[in-house]
Amino acid sequence: MKKEVFLGIIVFIAVVLNCNNGRADEFTKKDLKKWHKEFMTVVKEGERLFHSALGKNKVSCDMCHPNAANTHPETYPKFQKQIGKVVALRDMINWCIQNPLEGEPLKLDDPKMIALEAYITYERRGKPLSPGRH
Amino acid sequence: MKKKISRRSFVKKGLGAMALASLPLGLVEISWGKNNPQNFTFAYISDSHLTHIKGTEFVRNFDKGLKKAVMECNFMSPRPDFVVYGGDLAQLGKREELEHGLEIMSALRHPVKWVIGEHDFYLDLGKFWEDKISKTTYSFDHKGVHFVVLNSILTYDSWMKKWKTPQERMSNMARLDNPNGSPFMVGERQIKWLKKDLANVSKDTPIVVMSHSPLYKIFKPWNFWTDDAEKVQAVLSPFKKVTVLHGHVHQILYNQIGNITFEAMMSTAWPWPYPVSYTQKPNQVPKLTVFMNRADPFHERDATGWSILNLENGRVTNHYKLWENKDRVLRYDEKLGAPVDTLYQDPAKRIPPQEHY
Ligand SMILES: [Fe+2]
Ligand SMILES: [Fe+2]
Repeated sequence: MKKEVFLGIIVFIAVVLNCNNGRADEFTKKDLKKWHKEFMTVVKEGERLFHSALGKNKVSCDMCHPNAANTHPETYPKFQKQIGKVVALRDMINWCIQNPLEGEPLKLDDPKMIALEAYITYERRGKPLSPGRH
Repeated sequence: MKKKISRRSFVKKGLGAMALASLPLGLVEISWGKNNPQNFTFAYISDSHLTHIKGTEFVRNFDKGLKKAVMECNFMSPRPDFVVYGGDLAQLGKREELEHGLEIMSALRHPVKWVIGEHDFYLDLGKFWEDKISKTTYSFDHKGVHFVVLNSILTYDSWMKKWKTPQERMSNMARLDNPNGSPFMVGERQIKWLKKDLANVSKDTPIVVMSHSPLYKIFKPWNFWTDDAEKVQAVLSPFKKVTVLHGHVHQILYNQIGNITFEAMMSTAWPWPYPVSYTQKPNQVPKLTVFMNRADPFHERDATGWSILNLENGRVTNHYKLWENKDRVLRYDEKLGAPVDTLYQDPAKRIPPQEHY
């Protein structure tokens, strides 16, 4: 028993040391550039999805929401009167895919969903958060 | 109806008496002119964006919008003198879409005046439209009012040459927020034609111009914009009563620039947001406009509709027929010299859904 705990601690320390090549607060301008690039790649993919037919009827998100306008990502989660409860932006994205776009909902952790959220929120950058607002 | 007639004749009498009291007779004659316009009604349907899926399949939602407008026009009483179709009948300019649109529109019991939109044009450059539907630039007179139809969705040659196929050109113009888009314009040829067309029209004849894009500048990134708008406005500026009616923006929008009143038509398919709700770029949305209610996506026909227009003494009264909302009415206010919403113009009267952000 004792041995196992000891071994566990050793393994834990090893893992932590291994991951921690640098300290969490040590990142360079190069890192920032890289992460931003990663993010913008996902935004670009989101923009592409937002402008393509995600359902069965050739309708795309941008047809009602040019530049993702009128999606109000800064107001979620909020009470959505038609659904009858507080929901997240991704629930509304799926509602739109299922209804105007006549398609199948995305899994909530689908990379496509993340990309759509990235694009929608990026187009709204700079707006203060106002959760619950209508 | 009877009530209306008596009110109108009262207004006419009242104005006539006022004019006589304050103006020398010669001027009175000029202001009423010999083309003394009669009052009449016409209807305006626009931006149906019928979308072909495959075979005989079309997007059901958009079909429903146009069919509903056509049906309601047919039930109008008194009958409108004619119906205007404001452009964007098709989504990608396809023959299937335009033919489908013609079929739905053929149920109308009224003559139709057609205005071309960019979604009808950029696949075949207006060939099908001009062969089977209508001319794109023309004018006509109706009960003392001079109507002008312009093709305002032309653009620069350099942009036209950018694309490898007509489909590529069409889909790039169809995307509203396309950073590779190109601004609309009327072009020198039509402006020349317009000057000539208006040369023999007396300055007191009411003019109604119908174009697809607004003939003023609101928001370039979405082509709520006509690049040579000022040149067209300059040609219209000597006339006393000028109204420009346009589609394209899919929303309630109105403005007054000098002597020209501008009013937008609703789409039967879907609403566009106001440019004020895209915060990354500046806009010139007219301060005069009281916004439509923010659309509720759960109601398919919300923030869509069509218009009944009454021509009264050469000015337009615009009844927006909104399917999921209370109708809105714009009337030209002679004192203000601008169109106003008859219910909501006063900021204190506005309701929360009219706030767009
Ligand atoms: Fe349109
Ligand atoms: Fe348009």
